[in-house]
Amino acid sequence: MDIYWEPVWLTLKLAGFTTAVLLVVGTPIAWWLARSHHWARQPIAAIVALPLVLPPTVLGFYLLILMGPKGVVGQFTEQLGLGLLPFTFEGLVIASVIYSLPFTVQPLQNAFGSINQQFLEVASTLRASPRDRFFSIVLPLARPGFLTAGVLTFAHTIGEFGVVLMIGGNIPGETKVLSVAIYDHVESLEYTQAHWLAAGMVVFSFVVLVTLYSLNGRLQSGLVK
Amino acid sequence: MAASGIQARFACHFGSFSLNVDLNLPGSGLTALFGHSGCGKTTLLRCMAGLQAADGAMRVNGDEWQSESRGKSSSRPVHQRPLAYVFQETGLFPHLSVQRNLMYGYKRIPKSERQISFDQATKWLGLGHLLERMPAKLSGGERQRVAIARALLTSPKLLLMDEPLSALDQNSKQEILPYLEALRDNLAIPMLYVSHSTAEVARLADHIVMMDNGQVVAQGPLQQIMARTDQPFGFEEDAGVILDATLSERDERWHLCRADFSGGHLWLRADEGLKIGQNIRLQVLARDISLARSQHTDQSIQNLLPATVDEVASNVGPGTSMVRLLAGQTPFLSRLTTRAVHTLAIKPGQKVWMQVKSVALVN
Repeated sequence: MDIYWEPVWLTLKLAGFTTAVLLVVGTPIAWWLARSHHWARQPIAAIVALPLVLPPTVLGFYLLILMGPKGVVGQFTEQLGLGLLPFTFEGLVIASVIYSLPFTVQPLQNAFGSINQQFLEVASTLRASPRDRFFSIVLPLARPGFLTAGVLTFAHTIGEFGVVLMIGGNIPGETKVLSVAIYDHVESLEYTQAHWLAAGMVVFSFVVLVTLYSLNGRLQSGLVK
Repeated sequence: MAASGIQARFACHFGSFSLNVDLNLPGSGLTALFGHSGCGKTTLLRCMAGLQAADGAMRVNGDEWQSESRGKSSSRPVHQRPLAYVFQETGLFPHLSVQRNLMYGYKRIPKSERQISFDQATKWLGLGHLLERMPAKLSGGERQRVAIARALLTSPKLLLMDEPLSALDQNSKQEILPYLEALRDNLAIPMLYVSHSTAEVARLADHIVMMDNGQVVAQGPLQQIMARTDQPFGFEEDAGVILDATLSERDERWHLCRADFSGGHLWLRADEGLKIGQNIRLQVLARDISLARSQHTDQSIQNLLPATVDEVASNVGPGTSMVRLLAGQTPFLSRLTTRAVHTLAIKPGQKVWMQVKSVALVN
């Protein structure tokens, strides 16, 4: 049984870590992209969106090189005594964070951008400092955006394959996630096992999306109780 | 520099528009910033609040909010200025109930600075029954009342209002106006009120600042400014004076009541709710006053007042002249044809009789 559940558990763990990291890292990026008029805004928005258009293998290839023994990141992590990141779970988290970045940043950026600027001005005349305004006005009003970002990031990370293959390989319990496991089963003609996992993913993704849409609907109508 | 009152000096430019003002306003009562849209009155208010960056200086009853020395401007951020701002669109936070909207500013000021209690503010603005509602379920007038109460609950030293009635329908306006009057009369803090409505200004203002194209064109006490023959406010057809009076007598037979002001009295229709001793504000339009060299009683106009001609401005319009008169110390304006001025030989110092055709109660 473990042979089934290990990839599932690993995948959920990877998606969970990635989502948590991205919500923390993606929020300031999204806020800056939504509010700044800096000349670098467009280039940075493009960089954030790159994983949407690049084949995952391209992303995985460059990450492999960067984090490898001759890469800048690899040399840095070795100096810190952390060893090399490719073919480790941590390496997968970092790769997933980059791979799923647009799925966090774009919903948040939209949510921040649609907040009426006037609410922030009003809050400032009611003695709220910029930080206070962010937590008391922006975060609650952007709640649907955070929900969307979180769910999309989680779901998207669960489905990643190319990046994992390039950078994680296929180490059971460490980097062998669901999509890789399915691929393995198919290669070895174990269609029954592949079916279980594949159908499980279809059902899971469907449930996640239905939940997301209905929660978002409820959050919107919560404002007119 | 005077310690009391509001001193504000600002300069800023955007594109072809530039704002350039230097104001010294009273430290109490309601000052109206008046002018056509695009004249810069809202920009000026935003500069005062610190919402709009501008070069300049600002001081409120001795407290420095923005200063400028040797070309260096230091400005306190908005959230550190003890002001309240009521916006045109109310900006109630949609995710908070009325109660929590009201508490938003209140809980952010230190207890020792709270001069207006939660109960007081909700009572003044009649919000007791609305506290649990969400803003989306309020009418326009209710929303604006919540916004005003929320602003007051920060116990401000200056209350800024940017056309608080302009987004409301006529009924909601009538609903809010008495609350604004009560605040003007009960609060010790200065209020600045941006408006392009002559009716609101006539009803609410003690002091008025007229703006045009980013500049101040006239300022002073409302009654003096309204009584200027050159009519800096461009009221044109609606030119007229404002007087504060006291109701002294009710004549039940003719359904009239008498309003006394320094310099005389006027009779007006005794509407419901008028009580003896009540302070009222009257408006007398220049087109409703005609002049006679002697007292004519054989005509229909009953309000006849002796007055002295103070100033004659000929040809303020095609064939039209404006005459300024004094009844005691109280100024009036009369608009006449230039021919009438010539025929009656009206000139400063002359004693005449004012025939007042109509008196409007503005509050």
